[in-house]
Amino acid sequence: MSGWRDYAAVGLGSALGSVLRYLVSVSSLAALGPAFPWGTLVVNLLGSWLIAAFAAYAACRQGGRVARWQPFLVAGFCGGFTTFSLFSLETLYLMAIGLPWLALLYGLASVPLWLAAAWLGDRMVRARLAPGRPR
Amino acid sequence: MSVGWVAVLLVAVGGAAGGMARLAASRLLARWLGTRFPWGTLVVNLSGALLAGWVAGRLGVPQGLDLSSAWLGLMIGVLGGYTTVSSLSLQTLALWQSGRTPAALVNVGATCLAGLALAWLGWWLAGGAP
Repeated sequence: MSGWRDYAAVGLGSALGSVLRYLVSVSSLAALGPAFPWGTLVVNLLGSWLIAAFAAYAACRQGGRVARWQPFLVAGFCGGFTTFSLFSLETLYLMAIGLPWLALLYGLASVPLWLAAAWLGDRMVRARLAPGRPR
Repeated sequence: MSVGWVAVLLVAVGGAAGGMARLAASRLLARWLGTRFPWGTLVVNLSGALLAGWVAGRLGVPQGLDLSSAWLGLMIGVLGGYTTVSSLSLQTLALWQSGRTPAALVNVGATCLAGLALAWLGWWLAGGAP
């Protein structure tokens, strides 16, 4: 469980997640402009949904493929795909350029949306794999 | 819209280093403080926010898509990969589902409030106060 294999799996997953996050933010800047940090919001929502879905899947199918690949998928991919540092930086930046209300909206809307996405990921997988056994 | 291979490589290498540093930090903190509360993710996100503020103050926030190599490697790669929202969401959900609502609220509230304050502090320390 410990040792270099976990570090290799997490490093690889995190590299992949980080590159995908970068591509999402480049695409969202090109498509929607720089007025609002849509890219970071989208990766954090998708990543929160995905990590809860992976965790629920691994809990329902112990010893399955998702459970075995957990360091790569969860700590690696989801961890690298989502970002807290850029979220806090963008919130500060919106304040710094004189948009405190937009900063407040971004900060206050993000948190419940992340949690709702994780809750939904957990629910959707459990409903499929273990119907009638809600947590 | 064009994405160069050098940019992708910088983000990938930085992201790998950041993710492995997150694993090391969260294992160390779990050993020191136990696993009843997700200390690792909290410490990773707070230290990452402080460093991100400092790097932003040092490098200056880029406008649009013209990103320097330092910004791509350090900010988007290392610090983006080091910090995480997915684990924060999952662990907050787990605390809430196990009936520990106050701990869940403290986890997410402390991360966000202290994270913003530390990002600001880092920025200020770097001499580029936002």
